[in-house]
Amino acid sequence: MRALNAGDFVYLLQGLLWTIALSFSALAAGGLLAAGIVALRLLRSRAIDVAIAAYVGLFQGTPLLGQLLFFYFGLSIMGLDIAAFSAAVLTLSLYSAAFLSEIWRGAIAAIPRQQWEAGESLGLGRLQTLTSIILPQALRAAIPPTVGFLVILIKDSSLVSVLGFVELTRAAQIINNSTFHSFTIFGTVALLYFALCFPISRLSRRLEARFHQ
Amino acid sequence: MTMISARDVRKRFGTLEVLKGISLDIAPGERVALLGRSGSGKSTFLRCLNGLERIDGGGLDVAGIDLAAPKPDLKTLRRRVGIVFQSFNLFPHLTAEQNVTLAQRKVLKRPADEASRIAADVLAQVGLADKMKSYPSQLSGGQQQRVAIARSLALSPTLMLFDEITSALDPELIGEVVGVLERLAANRDITMVLVTHQLGFARSIASRTIFMHEGRILEDGPAESVMGTPATVEFKAFLSAVLT
Repeated sequence: MRALNAGDFVYLLQGLLWTIALSFSALAAGGLLAAGIVALRLLRSRAIDVAIAAYVGLFQGTPLLGQLLFFYFGLSIMGLDIAAFSAAVLTLSLYSAAFLSEIWRGAIAAIPRQQWEAGESLGLGRLQTLTSIILPQALRAAIPPTVGFLVILIKDSSLVSVLGFVELTRAAQIINNSTFHSFTIFGTVALLYFALCFPISRLSRRLEARFHQ
Repeated sequence: MTMISARDVRKRFGTLEVLKGISLDIAPGERVALLGRSGSGKSTFLRCLNGLERIDGGGLDVAGIDLAAPKPDLKTLRRRVGIVFQSFNLFPHLTAEQNVTLAQRKVLKRPADEASRIAADVLAQVGLADKMKSYPSQLSGGQQQRVAIARSLALSPTLMLFDEITSALDPELIGEVVGVLERLAANRDITMVLVTHQLGFARSIASRTIFMHEGRILEDGPAESVMGTPATVEFKAFLSAVLT
């Protein structure tokens, strides 16, 4: 057992940067995938809808921890070696896409059918109506829950520590194993997560209030 | 030449037959009021005229477009036919001016400055020259409905359809919309078909009245004579229900 030093806190801050990188990478990749899923759903194909519903159901209906273990260890067993960071980003992206696609699909579905009709009756094509009328309105409705989901993603990214990837939680575990200052270390980790998530939560609530005016 | 020619038009939703053989001709410049109880099929017929609903049987020719064709030319139809809805259906994220310029730019491919100039002109026609930069949420119901009328007018339609456009308005706001339509009715270049429950509104705008009941036309003629001397018990019952 040794005393805590400044280097330990720098190590935690480095872990925090990896947590941020992991979360935002997953949000970006998951967001792109979710946008593709939403576009596919607009095609109104029964086969595509069933396939997407299965994917969304699978990722929403199973624990993220299990998904992480599957993509890291499971794929390795199948002969597909994948780095911990890549497995983490892949899993978190697929997980994010399942939730974000539902949030965004819901935001589009919430736009009254009459808005589609109004565009149609003015001679706008379906794509023009979508891009000029529906999406700008849906975006306003989707931003607050999307930002809210980012908070969940940041906190859930702590599960990546089971893969041995050194993000904030894993960094804390490593320092704790040699110092046993659990209260100070995990208290600091909690404060760092809070410092990251609280402003985003506030932003989400402000956006929600603004868009509901 | 007719603006609208309907021959035995039929429309059903599932097992419910809403239009049971509508036949009529409407000449260019006519102002026609479609009256009838809720569920009589008048709004459905209006939506068929704009291609928002496909007809299931019969023939329907609107502004030179055959709507009974397997693939009707809806793009051309909507350049010629404007529709104003009961619930305005303005785009809430756009200002009044942007609501009026959107289809001009996207559909008619008018340059932005020309579209803005036309928007200013039609918004002035409906008395909203000072509300161009206002969002729908900043306007009263009557003002929103006038923006909706301006939005259609900006596309220079030859036929305008109005679907119960005063029904969602408070009584004190109806007058301003009726005033706009009365001025519009003076312009004989535009054919007008309006669905309404309000007899006074129908009288002030329409030269011809059609009464629909359970998917059929029961009365059709000059507004004053049809409303003055109803020929069917159904229309008499409708008039007495509306007037009491």
